[in-house]
Amino acid sequence: MSASENVAIPGTIPQAVPVRRGMPAWQVALVVLGGLVVAIAPAFVLESFPLFQLTMAVIMGLAVLGLNMVTGFNGQISLGHGAFFALGAYATAILMSHLDWSFWATLPVSAAVCGVVGYGIGFPALRLGGLYLALTTFSLAVAVPQILKHKSIEDWTGGVQGLFLVKPDAPAWMPGALTPDQWMYFVAVGVAGVCFLLCWNLIRGRIGRALMATRDHQTAAEAMGMDTATLKTRAFAVSAIVTGIAGSLSAVAVEFVAPDSFSLMVSITLFVGMVVGGVASILGSLFGGLFVLFVPNIAEAISKAAPGVIYGILLIAFLFILPDGFAGLLRRIAGRLRGRG
Amino acid sequence: MDGFAHQIIAGIATGGIYASVALALVMIYQATHHVNFAQGEMATLSTFIAWSMVEAGFPYWVAFAATVMLSFLIGVLVERLLMRPVQNAPVLTHVGVFIGLLLIVGNMTGWIFGYTTKVYPSPFTSSGPLMGGLISAHELGSTAVTLVVLTLVFLFFRYTSLGLAMRAAAYNPRSARLVGIRVGWMLALGWGLAAAIGAVAGMMVAPVVFLDPSMMTGILLYAFAGALIGGIDNPLGAVIGGFAVGVLENLAGAYVVGTELKLTVALAIIIGVLVVRPSGLLGRVVTSRV
Repeated sequence: MSASENVAIPGTIPQAVPVRRGMPAWQVALVVLGGLVVAIAPAFVLESFPLFQLTMAVIMGLAVLGLNMVTGFNGQISLGHGAFFALGAYATAILMSHLDWSFWATLPVSAAVCGVVGYGIGFPALRLGGLYLALTTFSLAVAVPQILKHKSIEDWTGGVQGLFLVKPDAPAWMPGALTPDQWMYFVAVGVAGVCFLLCWNLIRGRIGRALMATRDHQTAAEAMGMDTATLKTRAFAVSAIVTGIAGSLSAVAVEFVAPDSFSLMVSITLFVGMVVGGVASILGSLFGGLFVLFVPNIAEAISKAAPGVIYGILLIAFLFILPDGFAGLLRRIAGRLRGRG
Repeated sequence: MDGFAHQIIAGIATGGIYASVALALVMIYQATHHVNFAQGEMATLSTFIAWSMVEAGFPYWVAFAATVMLSFLIGVLVERLLMRPVQNAPVLTHVGVFIGLLLIVGNMTGWIFGYTTKVYPSPFTSSGPLMGGLISAHELGSTAVTLVVLTLVFLFFRYTSLGLAMRAAAYNPRSARLVGIRVGWMLALGWGLAAAIGAVAGMMVAPVVFLDPSMMTGILLYAFAGALIGGIDNPLGAVIGGFAVGVLENLAGAYVVGTELKLTVALAIIIGVLVVRPSGLLGRVVTSRV
């Protein structure tokens, strides 16, 4: 494996290899500090509804990150990530409402369940290339509400009515009196922050390069000694875990889960978020989350059908004009500025 | 036993609808090696166009013919405007364009025609019960229409020079281009034909499930399943697969899982076929050089 790291494979398109630029420590500290301020400030500036929306945007960003891990970085197209989102949400909801678990205790369980299911789905996915996988996951996404509504699990899932839960209260040791909305925002940002950091770490290392090599040229990757089957199934598992955790967060943030809120549209929304934010971009996932939360709200003012139409038009427009999404646009602008300066 | 026979015949009738949509999918697959996720939405839009013509007072079959032709044009236009620019892009881009198309067409249909369920007329009526009440006139008629469409498609591909050119363009684009076939236009033609066949399927299914913007979502999945059972590159296989899925779905719905899990049956069929026998029952096993 070590030989593969610095060898360019002729005939493949060179992908962006992370270049480690030396940044002075004070600059790093400044960026981290700035990031923290930007992350914390909204909790004290925004009213409760906009803050809730921002919380949801962060959660959607995390879900898009999950999709990006398998589709963007590993090239396995999934149109069914809404299923993992639903699975995570239901895992948390069931544990909280039936067994009175605390939210934090449900997170590892939700992650484990999603990881196992994702790993399981990764196996048939191995045999299905590109379009077929998209098609299979698409049908999974369509079938999700039906499965959730089924009578045999109604006692646990609450059937069509769904389940109600309550947001966790801010712990007593927190300074100042945080409202549940503020605390929920911090929970979402904290959990998402950890996941983003872990994924970023995974992608910029050896495994990340192996994932991208598998995506770009599987035969070449195999010839270099990479176990592409293991890589792909594990990528599916990681991706399912991340999206599932986002689902858990959304369940407590909305305080409600019901089968019809996990329709095909959720999966499509995640896909749109990934393309618009930036395929194979960690930070782009966050842009994607912001986009899928705020654009439909604006569009809904025009007509009930408008968000879908605008999604569709923007999706195609981005694919035609900016295939690397919003993150790619920023990268291009930054590159131009640096070139000039 | 009478109930069982009725389930089978009702399955064959709905299977006819799946078979036509499956045929449309296979048409596009043969011509372009794509699976159009927006096929169902495009068919729904066509059906709405037909509905507004019938409402405006046109005779049924005039509206039928006009809709089929209009749908053909829409299909060609979609290929020219949306698919052609990304012809050489990665699969992810194609899937993205299909999803975009699905969103635009599906929501535009709702926007223009509204979300209320509408009744769509059936051209087939009978004075008395057919085959001892086992089958309705519409079921019989729509099955017949499906078989007519299949025969026409078969004759077109087998015996016309245009059909031969289309097959050549799909089979080996480079050689086809060398002998003077306009490969790009053949692809557009494939999209047009698929849209036309989809329109026929939409108009046949609308009297059964009633007309609303999301009418085809489930049907599309069954059609996928049917196309896969038969082999995605085999029109005859797609039709047989479509009928098989119709019967299977009806039997499973009546005796095994109940009506609430019908879509999950489609999912199970799709996964089952893709995992066990990806080329389908009648499809060619494709091996590719690397």
